[in-house]
Amino acid sequence: MIVVRRPDLSWVEQLYLPGFWEGLKVTWHHFVARLSGKTRVTLQYPEERPPIPPGYRGAPVLVKDEEGREKCVSCQLCEFICPPRAIRIAPGGIPEDSPYAKVEKAPQEFWIDMTRCIFCGYCEEVCPEEAIFLLPQHYSLNGRSREELLHDKAKLYEMGGVLPLPIRKWANK
Amino acid sequence: MALIRNPFDHDLPSADSPQVHVHLDGKWVDVPLGLNVIEVARRFGKLIPHYCYHPKLSIAGNCRMCLFEMGTPKLGPDRKPVLDGEGRPELQWVPRPQIACATTAFEGLGIRTASPLVESCQKGVMEFLLANHPLDCPICDQAGECKLQEYAFDYGKGRSQFGEEKVRKPKRVDIGPRILLDDERCILCTRCIRFAREIADDDCLGITERGGYNRLSIHPDQRFTSNYSLNTADICPVGALTTKDFRFRMRAWFLKETQSICVDCATGCNVTIGSREGFVYRLTPRVNEAVNSHWMCDQGRLGFHPIHSKHRVLEPARRVETGLFPGEWPLVLGQVAESLRKLEPSSLALLVSARLTNEELFLVQRLRESLRGESEIFTEVVPRKGQADGLLRSDDLNPNSKGARILGIGADGEKLPELRKRIEEGKVRALFCLHEDAIGAGVPEEMLERLSLLVWQGILEDKSCERAHWVLPGASFAEKSGSMVNRAGQVQRLHRAIPTPGRAKEDVWILRGLILALGGEDVGQSVPDIFSKMVATTPAFHGFTWSGLGDQGVPLPAQAG
Repeated sequence: MIVVRRPDLSWVEQLYLPGFWEGLKVTWHHFVARLSGKTRVTLQYPEERPPIPPGYRGAPVLVKDEEGREKCVSCQLCEFICPPRAIRIAPGGIPEDSPYAKVEKAPQEFWIDMTRCIFCGYCEEVCPEEAIFLLPQHYSLNGRSREELLHDKAKLYEMGGVLPLPIRKWANK
Repeated sequence: MALIRNPFDHDLPSADSPQVHVHLDGKWVDVPLGLNVIEVARRFGKLIPHYCYHPKLSIAGNCRMCLFEMGTPKLGPDRKPVLDGEGRPELQWVPRPQIACATTAFEGLGIRTASPLVESCQKGVMEFLLANHPLDCPICDQAGECKLQEYAFDYGKGRSQFGEEKVRKPKRVDIGPRILLDDERCILCTRCIRFAREIADDDCLGITERGGYNRLSIHPDQRFTSNYSLNTADICPVGALTTKDFRFRMRAWFLKETQSICVDCATGCNVTIGSREGFVYRLTPRVNEAVNSHWMCDQGRLGFHPIHSKHRVLEPARRVETGLFPGEWPLVLGQVAESLRKLEPSSLALLVSARLTNEELFLVQRLRESLRGESEIFTEVVPRKGQADGLLRSDDLNPNSKGARILGIGADGEKLPELRKRIEEGKVRALFCLHEDAIGAGVPEEMLERLSLLVWQGILEDKSCERAHWVLPGASFAEKSGSMVNRAGQVQRLHRAIPTPGRAKEDVWILRGLILALGGEDVGQSVPDIFSKMVATTPAFHGFTWSGLGDQGVPLPAQAG
């Protein structure tokens, strides 16, 4: 817990008039900017897109590493942590003749029901393999049916693509 | 005593051992002489963490996790214990920690399970155990029920001073038909080695290599084929031994645990059914010192798979020329009851399974009562013979033969030849098969064709089902509650873990529906109700209550079995 001390105000500040004046200046500034056309509120979406701030939580997707290996090992922690139970995983093994046989485990299927997802980001936070991310570019989701919004593994990898990260956990195992 | 003889029972000292006074974490307590210190602490709600100790196996003392501080009575110059003001012996504490698993209780023993010395020892041991342990938890099946995880969290120090490369050991080693070994995860507790040697009597595992390269191996010319091999996966405190059947199927924390019993043979081993969303993933043994102790056989453990077979019968149906025609339950039950009512009682035979619960058998008894006129209705169970192995498996593969005998449904198929004869002679013209295949029971196919009515109730399609005029889909053991009597006369409960698939129904529901449609007396909807009705009319069960059976069951009085 952090205790934040209230600032000691001088008697001029205690009048609040300087505060009002500063506030009115901001309001006036916006007023002039709107009148002169400097500020535009309406975007011609979808041709014009708003800037998405970094850290924005878009749709959760699965990513591959730079070698194209699927990073998810189907540990099912995201399925466990997911508050609206949007994630379902069918775990499976990696065959012994695969170059990534030492990873041993990969999802057979992976579903995220986007009609249930609440974009809380717990799945990204809990993932021990850095395999699932809420990527900001996927802020706009739509579909003509519920089935279209049930993202399966192929769709999730298509949306996620490759996300190289410095940690190579399985490379030197 | 358990039906399997354990070579050691560290948690069950003999009844005649005298009580001694032991000083446990500042309190004097009474325990039997010779009781293992880990069990002394467990009796008073304290956990001494341990890996290699198992109450039914010999003491190895190699994991060093159960270190505790030990005190002995201080002796005066006269070699007598020095007493304190309350008449208790004064203790002097051994300066170095001792292992609890290899120490037994004696008069005046002092135990400290949580002193600073003990805690620092536990931290140190955990750090050593984790030094070479791989960071496999996301792909390890044991995660969630792993003692290494749990104790690392509870007793570990949270960081390691080990900066070197971890030792590489073989992974994914196929050591047996049902079991897989991961040597990197192994913490060398040797529980599996001792189990294979002492209980499974298949001494094929051992530790090879030296020092940090120590690893569990199998004899180069052998495979771990014992019918009890999967118990090693249960007692393995880490994920070194995993079952091929459950490997990567579901994480342990998703499984709903239902206490039930195994129905693969007459032993009735106590099991925990692990299921999720209507699907059974595994059975694991549950401790019951009157039946199976800590163990169960692989055959019983893997015997649940048919309940999710694609050959499950899912809809009540009537046979028409073109095949089976599905119907609604109330209608089907009404029509079956109608055709049963029209029969001459002596021309009906009930072929009942001794795999049904007591409650279902009791309802069969009631059904027989409500159908009978002048003459008795023929009933018999179908015997299943197997090979007893001297451990847990029984030669009787029906889990409730004793119950069927007590309830007067049948006696191990003694009358089956007579049933065949009666069908041949045309005396029996209608057959009701309950969870049994008449053809498998020795009735030739062409005779089944001659029957005027064949009602089949069961779970998996068989040859009788293909010929049945009425098909009533019932429930498997995981889908119903009830009680069964095992070969030693222990009355034990099953509990429903998952719902019945499709439009299948619990067998007590079907039988009760038939009895009601025939105008019989209502025995109640719930299994406890039926149980209490059964107790009231069956002298052998006198005094039993459904809740009184508990999780461990109750033995029948000696004369009843």
